[in-house]
Amino acid sequence: MDLALKDLGDYLVGELPEEILGSELAFDQLTIKVRREAIVKVLTFLRDDVSCQFKLLVDVCGADYPEREQRFDVVYHLLSLTHNNRIRVKVTTDEQTPVPSVTGVYSAANWFEREAWDLYGIYFFDHPDLRRILTDYGFEGHPLRKDFPLTGYVEVRYDDEQKRVVYEPVKLTQEFRSFDFLSPWEGVQRMLPGDEKAGEAPPPKPAGGGA
Amino acid sequence: MGIITDPAHGKAPLPPGPEQDALLRQVTGELQDKGFVIASIDKLVNWARTGSLWPMTFGLACCAIEMIHAYCSRYDLDRFGVVPRPSPRQSDVIIVAGTLTNKMAPAFRKVYDQMAEPRYVISMGSCANGGGYYHYSYSVVRGCDRVVPVDIYVPGCPPTAEALVYGILQLQKKINRTGTLWR
Repeated sequence: MDLALKDLGDYLVGELPEEILGSELAFDQLTIKVRREAIVKVLTFLRDDVSCQFKLLVDVCGADYPEREQRFDVVYHLLSLTHNNRIRVKVTTDEQTPVPSVTGVYSAANWFEREAWDLYGIYFFDHPDLRRILTDYGFEGHPLRKDFPLTGYVEVRYDDEQKRVVYEPVKLTQEFRSFDFLSPWEGVQRMLPGDEKAGEAPPPKPAGGGA
Repeated sequence: MGIITDPAHGKAPLPPGPEQDALLRQVTGELQDKGFVIASIDKLVNWARTGSLWPMTFGLACCAIEMIHAYCSRYDLDRFGVVPRPSPRQSDVIIVAGTLTNKMAPAFRKVYDQMAEPRYVISMGSCANGGGYYHYSYSVVRGCDRVVPVDIYVPGCPPTAEALVYGILQLQKKINRTGTLWR
């Protein structure tokens, strides 16, 4: 298992040396980092090559690392049914730089890329229909970015004399509180009564035990 | 079974037995004798409304499963006269089962407006009551009572099917208590 993935990683780096920036194998999972412009070529190779045959696109998602220059990571998860292998392909980008769309390679990527655009703001060029898919119709902002607040900005609604639902600035009656639950199974070692005597020698038995 | 009430015991329904037989004989005797029986219009109307509360099932999220459980054989709601209707035009009560999101709110208001008076709202589950598990989210309406007036709140996450049945029974009691011919 480990060896097959390692061989696959080495094979890929050998076949596409300019496109692949690096590969790593951790926890039985292979991840390759690819240059942004070459993603279509790499995914086409992964789909069509005989020893790869990653015909199934499982997921395209984004990740936000705000402390980095290229803050977004676009992650593609692929599955090969014939070889029973999975691989993760990562591409980095930032807010202004578009990523080539892989809808031509996997049509499942259509909605996944719409989701990444809607929730992160990662633009995919050559996408046939890039518009919002999950957020509300007039929603402004990209909610899964790390600088977007949990409760949003202008997002409270009700119905009134206007006979419709209206948007208002958020007014929370109680702030979001983050509790720190310490489970009794981990964390603080509670002393059960009698445990402090656990290390001592047992007291000598009295002579002539009772009935 | 609510009309056979014993005036001596207040509003409690009479169990089958000699007293019930006597009352029934009295009523039928009056019918044969005079040809009509006098009853209170409000009570009659309330009996009709509570006896056949047809909900428009608005199953939005996981609470819908518990609502389905309430309709199924164990906690059968059909025996209360409660049959689910797919259309708001044909229903008296709407059971909001699940999280109401910002995107869904105008559609929900439209569905509520399409119901005919008298109409009631049962808010089921903590998401519909006050935002629930997703109270602090950017895309959730913090309680469906921001959009429609609610009559009964059923707490739980999800409320057990039994709790929903209890909520519907409470709505029946509320209608009996506060209902008149004009809503």
